[in-house]
Amino acid sequence: MYRLFLICLLSLTMLAAPGVQAQDASQGATEGATESPQADRSATGGAQTLEDIMARQRGEEVPDRARAGEDPDSAGAMVGQLGALGGSSDSDVWSALRYGTADVTVSSGGAPARVLIQDNGMWWLNFRQGPLIKYGGWLLLGTIALLALFFLIRGRIRIDGEKTGRTVTRFKFIERFAHWLMAGSFILLGLTGLVVLMGRKFIIPTFGHEAFATAAVASKWIHNNVSWAFMVGLVLAFVFWVAHNIPNKTDLKWIAVGGGIFKKGVHPPAKKFNAGQKMIFWSVIILGASISASGLSLLFPFELPMFAKTFGILNDMGVPQLLGFGALPEQLAPHEEMQYAQLWHAIVSFVLMAIIIAHIYIGSVGMEGAYDAMGSGQVEEQWAREHHSLWLDEVKQREGEPKPANTATTPAE
Amino acid sequence: MKAMLSAFAATAIIAVVAWYGLHEAGFSAGEQNAGESVRLGDE
Ligand code: HEM
Repeated sequence: MYRLFLICLLSLTMLAAPGVQAQDASQGATEGATESPQADRSATGGAQTLEDIMARQRGEEVPDRARAGEDPDSAGAMVGQLGALGGSSDSDVWSALRYGTADVTVSSGGAPARVLIQDNGMWWLNFRQGPLIKYGGWLLLGTIALLALFFLIRGRIRIDGEKTGRTVTRFKFIERFAHWLMAGSFILLGLTGLVVLMGRKFIIPTFGHEAFATAAVASKWIHNNVSWAFMVGLVLAFVFWVAHNIPNKTDLKWIAVGGGIFKKGVHPPAKKFNAGQKMIFWSVIILGASISASGLSLLFPFELPMFAKTFGILNDMGVPQLLGFGALPEQLAPHEEMQYAQLWHAIVSFVLMAIIIAHIYIGSVGMEGAYDAMGSGQVEEQWAREHHSLWLDEVKQREGEPKPANTATTPAE
Repeated sequence: MKAMLSAFAATAIIAVVAWYGLHEAGFSAGEQNAGESVRLGDE
């Protein structure tokens, strides 16, 4: 009977404890929380206290290495439950594990498995669940909102002149194939990537764990395996189009009038790709390559670490210092490499997704006649005259020239 | 349109081949973390 009473009392205090704590905390907050009492660590012989640990988890700076490197003989005496156990205490062991200085032996898994506590992981987890989702999500929604606004103000960019009824070939089959290989896979990757990143926050609360489990497994399969199609498409598009995307003087004129997209009847001259398209092209190539690299690093866990080395190079060039950061860490645990790869992969993807949303808009509803270039490959001649006049001239000239016969002809004089 | 559909078909084929290939190469997470002294499941 006595024991039962004790158990009841104990569970009651445990139930009440968080409430009491919360009350204390809110009281502290209202009182201004100015008095920060000098931490009393006598109960632990100078080692971390529970309060220290809680403070560290809140992201506050805590002198948690106070006893590191201390002479074992001078370690605190064993006082109470959390007291140091003589020269080498439990907490020293945990501390060595936490700071990666413990000599750990594992039977499989290699270097990553020797990391038993990965301290930086909390920062990564919080960043991934918090700011990454928040700002990434707002970036995409903001882009869509801006495009909607643009559509409301400017409307669809029409073919201004009289349509000719004639068409010219803009992209060959193989070019359109490369475009859609890249585009189809990118859209799949974008959607499944968002499910994997945001599912916990948005799918579980609405549709439940069961539904998310299925969605997550399917998304992971698609994301991991479709990535190759994107990479192949990226390489093909680069090979087919790089020559047309070298910046030149015509681009300056195009940029000077904002490409004519903000005003009816303004049509700066352009070759095969105008300056805006060149920006899209290089964004896709550079950001796409970077996403592919970090993606491969994630697909083959711990095999392709890239960040410690990159940070070292950046430090040597003085980049972080120039931006007002301290030097970036050049020693990373295997898991930290993966965490940075994940963040980089996601951030660069968000940026490219925002750019691509704008591209999809202008390539479909945003501009009359544009879609045909990637649909059938044939564009209305008047469209070509308005948006790619110099290119159309070239095509016309080429068509006007007599086709070289089947005989082996000499190159043009 | 034909180019688009062929590209989507190619995407599906590449994905399945990649999945099969990675499994053959032993790059599943399970295999990556298994060792002589570790048994995963009943395999
Ligand atoms: C439904 C989605 C998409 C549509 C409707 C679309 C439409 C188009 C069209 C019509 C063009 C040719 C423009 C011209 O004739 O000058 C084009 C070009 C291009 N597309 Fe897409 N696209 C889509 C998705 C994507 C995606 C996801 C990517 C890359 C990840 C991409 C990358 C490119 C690139 C690099 C070019 C060449 C440069 C340019 O014209 O901007 N497209 N797209």
